[in-house]
Amino acid sequence: MTVLAALADLDRLTSDEVLVAQNVAFAVMAITMVISALRMVTTRNVVHAALYLVVVLAGVAGIFILLGAEFVGVTQVMVYIGAIVVLFLFGIMLTKGSFGEDDGVSGEKRLMAGLVGLLVFGVMTAALVDSFAAAELSRSAPSTTAEIADSIFSDYIIPFEAVSVLLLAALIGAIVVARRD
Amino acid sequence: MSSVLTDSLTMAVELAWWQQTGIRAVVGLLAVLLPAGTLVYLFLFKMMSFMQSRLGPMEAGPYGSLQLLAEVGKFLQKEDIIPAKADRIVFKAAPFVVLISTFLLVLVIPAGPDAWFIDVDTGIFLALAVSSISVIGILMAGWASSSKYSLLGGLRAAGQLVAYELPLVLAVMGVVIQAGTLNVQEIVMAQATGEIFGWGGIGNPFIFTQFLGFAIFLVAVQAELTQPPFDMPVAESEIVTGYLTEYTGLRFLLFFIGEFATAGIFSALAATLFLGGWYVPGIDPTSDLFNVIGPAILLGKVILVAFLIFWFRFTYPRFREDQLQQLAWKVLIPLSLANIVLTGVLKVVF
Repeated sequence: MTVLAALADLDRLTSDEVLVAQNVAFAVMAITMVISALRMVTTRNVVHAALYLVVVLAGVAGIFILLGAEFVGVTQVMVYIGAIVVLFLFGIMLTKGSFGEDDGVSGEKRLMAGLVGLLVFGVMTAALVDSFAAAELSRSAPSTTAEIADSIFSDYIIPFEAVSVLLLAALIGAIVVARRD
Repeated sequence: MSSVLTDSLTMAVELAWWQQTGIRAVVGLLAVLLPAGTLVYLFLFKMMSFMQSRLGPMEAGPYGSLQLLAEVGKFLQKEDIIPAKADRIVFKAAPFVVLISTFLLVLVIPAGPDAWFIDVDTGIFLALAVSSISVIGILMAGWASSSKYSLLGGLRAAGQLVAYELPLVLAVMGVVIQAGTLNVQEIVMAQATGEIFGWGGIGNPFIFTQFLGFAIFLVAVQAELTQPPFDMPVAESEIVTGYLTEYTGLRFLLFFIGEFATAGIFSALAATLFLGGWYVPGIDPTSDLFNVIGPAILLGKVILVAFLIFWFRFTYPRFREDQLQQLAWKVLIPLSLANIVLTGVLKVVF
């Protein structure tokens, strides 16, 4: 009870005290994610790569929850694990004839893939450091689901609608491209 | 389990953090296994037998009530066979991925004003998100078995689960709009303190205003559980037992427990969203009494909803694959979208 009471009395977001449990949880998730991410790009089996991707994405959801961004974390699980990876696996299983090892991932594209990866990493790092170097996570209350809903449907209503229409256009476009008759 | 219940517990026995966590883990295990066992005995063993003019299991224990233990004992003794060409690690892990989804799902269901595992803002959204993890487990099982029947079954299952997840989510939207919150505990409270045209005698269970949502939810749950009439993924006359074909012993048992535990938990979700959850009329909803009788009330409502699910299961013949997809995309999704629009308009008008 003492640990729990100490945690309950402590305002997690405003106090400066280091929270051991939170740091340990972060370390466990971060190490798992790094290892899975490396295995994902080094494994020669496409299905294994997709399954390692699930672990990485679950870790991302966990880190969002650690940061108090509960809604984003849950959305991460719903959209990425529940829909996108399922679609990956679905596609792999429908298109690939054989079971077992060494299927499809060829070595000759590695150089190009490495270059693209390096480029994306560089651009992302530069952009993130440039815009968020001085930013600090809000230590006042974390944004609740209701607050997120309010801001999406008031301040950001036009971008939100624009994104919706864009997604619809992509959806219809995909059907048009895929249709043969 | 929090404030009042924990306080009264800690006053009596001062529990350390790990002890509380231990209690929660045991209660969570019970909350998954107890409804699952109840459903299997009541409906799969007895109701199905009576509907087919036979008695069902009668030998193990009084009225066959210990048959479940006998079945579990049987599965535990069997050899755990893994096909020679199977992907061993993925094959072994698949049933556990399905079980993870089931165990995460039970967390959001409250059984009393203070008797809950987690009380989070995203509540029902979290439940729908973690329920989709089981699709990955099924795809893993279908692929790793390296058998054509398993692969076909896995693909059918994934296509079906993805198609019916949409009406499931959209059916819940009506309740969320009416209650004005995603938090499951607050949805129960909104029903307990609600009024029907100014009369608050029985609260306002959302089944009256959201009957269409309730019906769509039940149909979608039936499909999510891959139960007849939606059992194309395990259609025994076409693809043996689909993604379960190569599984034996303990791992088959885990899939089996996962299916019936998920049936129990989805029934509990339906009971919580549409039938008022742990609340019964006549007692003050904030009363401590509900922390004690709430779980029993919830179990009663779970059995009521599960009765409907299993009634359909034992009554209707199997759909064809194209009929199944058409029902989801051409009937259920437009209906649930209309329900959302109607609920939104009525919410603003009243």
